[in-house]
Amino acid sequence: MDTIFALATAQGRAGVAVVRISGRLAVDAASRLAGDVPAQRGVRRLVGPDGVLLDEALILRFAAGHSFTGEEVVELHLHGSPAVVAAVLRTLGDMGDLRQAEAGEFTRRALENGRLDLAEVEGLADLIDAETEGQRRQAMRVFSGALGALADGWRQRLIRAAALLEATIDFADEDVPVDVTPEVMELLGSVMDEMRREAAGVGMAERLRQGFEVAIIGAPNVGKSTLLNRLAGRDVAITSDIAGTTRDVIEVQMDLAGLPVTVLDTAGLRETADHVEGLGVARARERAAGADLRIHLVLNADDAEAPAGPDDLIVQAKADLGAVDGLAISGKTGEGIDALIAAVRERLQEKVAGIGIAMRERHRIAMERALGDMETALQGLRDGHGMADLIAEDLRSAMRAVDSIVGRVDVEQVLDEIFASFCIGK
Amino acid sequence: MKHHDYDVIVIGGGHAGAEAAHASARMGARTALVTLTRASIGVMSCNPAIGGLGKGHLVREIDALDGVMGRVADKAGIQFRLLNRKKGPAVQGPRAQSDRQIYKTEMQKELAAAPALTILEGEATDLIMDGSRVSGIAMRDGSQISAGAVILTTGTFLRGVIHIGDVSRPGGRMGDDPSVKMAERLDSFGLPLGRLKTGTPPRLDGRTITWDKLESQPSDEDPVLFSFLSKGVYAPQIACGITHTNERTHEIIRANLGRSAMYGGHIEGVGPRYCPSIEDKIVRFADKTSHQIFLEPEGVNDHTVYPNGISTSLPEEVQADYVHSIEGLENAVILQPGYAIEYDYVDPRALRATLELRDVPGLYLAGQINGTTGYEEAAAQGLVAGLNAAAATRGNDPITFSRRNSYIGVMIDDLITRGVSEPYRMFTSRAEFRLSLRADNADQRLTGWGRDFGCVGETRWAAFSDKQERLVAAREKLSTIMLTARDIAAQGIQLNPDGPRRSALDALALNDFGFEQLQMLDDSVTAIPAEIRDQVKKDALYAHYIARQERDIAAMERDEQHDIPDDLDFGTIRGLSHELVTKLNRARPATVAQAGRIEGMTPAALMLLIGASKKQKQAG
Repeated sequence: MDTIFALATAQGRAGVAVVRISGRLAVDAASRLAGDVPAQRGVRRLVGPDGVLLDEALILRFAAGHSFTGEEVVELHLHGSPAVVAAVLRTLGDMGDLRQAEAGEFTRRALENGRLDLAEVEGLADLIDAETEGQRRQAMRVFSGALGALADGWRQRLIRAAALLEATIDFADEDVPVDVTPEVMELLGSVMDEMRREAAGVGMAERLRQGFEVAIIGAPNVGKSTLLNRLAGRDVAITSDIAGTTRDVIEVQMDLAGLPVTVLDTAGLRETADHVEGLGVARARERAAGADLRIHLVLNADDAEAPAGPDDLIVQAKADLGAVDGLAISGKTGEGIDALIAAVRERLQEKVAGIGIAMRERHRIAMERALGDMETALQGLRDGHGMADLIAEDLRSAMRAVDSIVGRVDVEQVLDEIFASFCIGK
Repeated sequence: MKHHDYDVIVIGGGHAGAEAAHASARMGARTALVTLTRASIGVMSCNPAIGGLGKGHLVREIDALDGVMGRVADKAGIQFRLLNRKKGPAVQGPRAQSDRQIYKTEMQKELAAAPALTILEGEATDLIMDGSRVSGIAMRDGSQISAGAVILTTGTFLRGVIHIGDVSRPGGRMGDDPSVKMAERLDSFGLPLGRLKTGTPPRLDGRTITWDKLESQPSDEDPVLFSFLSKGVYAPQIACGITHTNERTHEIIRANLGRSAMYGGHIEGVGPRYCPSIEDKIVRFADKTSHQIFLEPEGVNDHTVYPNGISTSLPEEVQADYVHSIEGLENAVILQPGYAIEYDYVDPRALRATLELRDVPGLYLAGQINGTTGYEEAAAQGLVAGLNAAAATRGNDPITFSRRNSYIGVMIDDLITRGVSEPYRMFTSRAEFRLSLRADNADQRLTGWGRDFGCVGETRWAAFSDKQERLVAAREKLSTIMLTARDIAAQGIQLNPDGPRRSALDALALNDFGFEQLQMLDDSVTAIPAEIRDQVKKDALYAHYIARQERDIAAMERDEQHDIPDDLDFGTIRGLSHELVTKLNRARPATVAQAGRIEGMTPAALMLLIGASKKQKQAG
């Protein structure tokens, strides 16, 4: 059974991030990082392959039969810095004989090793669904927009390449073009170029430049636009005492304590008979749902309208009208703005540190693996050794590696492409 | 145990029925095969050929389990071709044109020679029930025959309708009656049914074809046979002809499209995309000005020619017109018009992996009735049903094929977990472990296993054991011969000459390094017989890739070991979505591996299934 690892701490606020390694190679892998692994617990310096100090971590070791999964487990308790977590995950992934755990895989091992009963499984199922859903959302976010189109393009081309290869295998005797090599090479070559760019982190850097989205939401006339203007330090939104002044989503890019952030000012959330305002409200809800963080601006603490997510900020508006506890601001006087900015920054950094890193690392590993397979396939095509079965196998392996990015390719989809492209059947 | 007339009754003597009856009898079960006429056993109702890509693999697997199809096809083979000869061995598929008459005769001989098998002529019109269990059959003459299990292999007979142009009439294949009564009995079980169609081309009189104008496709010079026991061809070898449709052919068809049963709206069944009628080809690929046609003689002493590539449901006179527009067929006489046939099939998701109907114990289905097409697919299912019906009547464990050990396993799993949307045909691309499931190693994958459960006879076992011994000896010898990289590179192999030494066995994994090169370095290997060399080289070629798949194989194996109890009520599992419960109820997976292949399945849901199964097993 493979040795698996994953960031085990939920997307939380704790200053500690726990990476769990489970399986036969757990201790071996940890000792490659730490030099040696304490019998039970101890603090060790974790060093990367190039000798660079990654972190000073608390290491916990659980013997087989005494761990959550029932296997030998090592936990690395790291400082919660995104860079540290990313570096440790990357080092583990690059070891080659370990892999990142799939959603729910630790729990599944626990179940198979008799460490859980059904009641516990039922309890954990929700968590795993949330984890899966979290990964899916994260993947959608990472791969939304321009990159989503990119991944979709990869999928189309990979299916086409597989269809060409499989057609020459499964329908050798029939009306299939004999030499599909040039087209397959071209398809693979173009996917590889783009994937290499992504794997090298170029795409990620671009997205970081685009930054985070923070939406300001709340009831009409609660002072969302005033807050936006305050954050931007200039008048970017028209403000008035008339509810429903903001009809569309206003976007302002700014540097919020060092982080690139796009702040969205949205139409006030209310039922309205005004068609244009109604469209604005619908759009506001949609954009706000897709943002990294929502600031719920309320007049009274229990007023938050849309159900707030765990990372959302509920902020008392118009603090100049009366003092309150918690986060409170006044767009007019600027009171509490600094505290709000600090809170936003803290939340966004947690996002970077959270599941996002694991996800990006997972994607990077997947893309590297796929690139390796496609390179072998290309080599086979160039050699012209004619072992179509091996080339097709490399391509299948590549598609399996990136199925979390491009979506799972089923044989039926390859057959669809074959039957749509070639007049098969004698 | 209750005494029955027979342990197993097989209804139908087509490819599924013949294989099922023989398999059941090999297992030692007292078996009866019920057919309308003895003479119709082993009839090839479509094109006279066995094997091909994916299909050739199935035949080899049937043969590895001592089945009959491979042996009979070798006896009847009049043109052998190994498809994909120039590609990797994993995707090479043996194929042979068959002499229709020899095939039938040899199949009948095989069945007659099986000791535990009785052939009964007559029409099985109904099933006898013992509660929800099938306990025998009723015949048209009113007699009843009891049995522990019944295998139904009724092909396209279930509400079969034949279409030629706008004329349609009930019928199985041309000249046979469809079994309406049996269809009504199946209706009473409330099984999910669907409708499919398939077509055939007009049959031509070979004496009226101008062969000398046409390209000819001879048999391979070194024929590759189906059976691991066959040593050489039996029948005289012939060549097939190749011709093409042309613009005039297409014009004639286009002008008469409205008169085609398919395009005239007379047919509701779904046809296979990989076997389109000539009407379909011309409509869907309008820019193609020509389509290839293989002219396949149906036998050495038979003038009938099967023109593969122009199946149709156009009226007879249009068929004559377009046939005559084709080069070489200008004067061809049509012996029997082409037709389309529509028929009912049972949604195979109602079956277990043994091909027993989940809700009708004792009743097994095999062949086209399960939504498949092709003789080989039918025979493979016949084998599975025959083995399992026999095992069940003796109280033995089910014999379950897996996606890891065979194409048969791939097909059964596809059928029972995914169902079909068009007639199901085997393709090598359906097998995720294609590199391990090769035609050349079917015996190594299956014969030992088959011996364990009792379907492999003495002759085959002796031949297999002998081959295994020689293989082991050859591998041992090859692993002791050490070669330097320099020596290997000197044979013209692309390899760094300063690389490490390796054994001859490892060196054979190199693409271009074969026994021919090895012989130059160590001539003691010439003592290894050709057949063994061939096998060793093929195994070595894929060793690296197969090792890479081990994790996937292990994961599948682990999932297959978690069985889901039959009586597990998915609806009571807390946390499963309504949608998944519906899907699980339809497919009724028997293992977590099968459940995992259901669309939309989540890791959490699989975990709940494992947990609930464990709990149920502990309670029960």
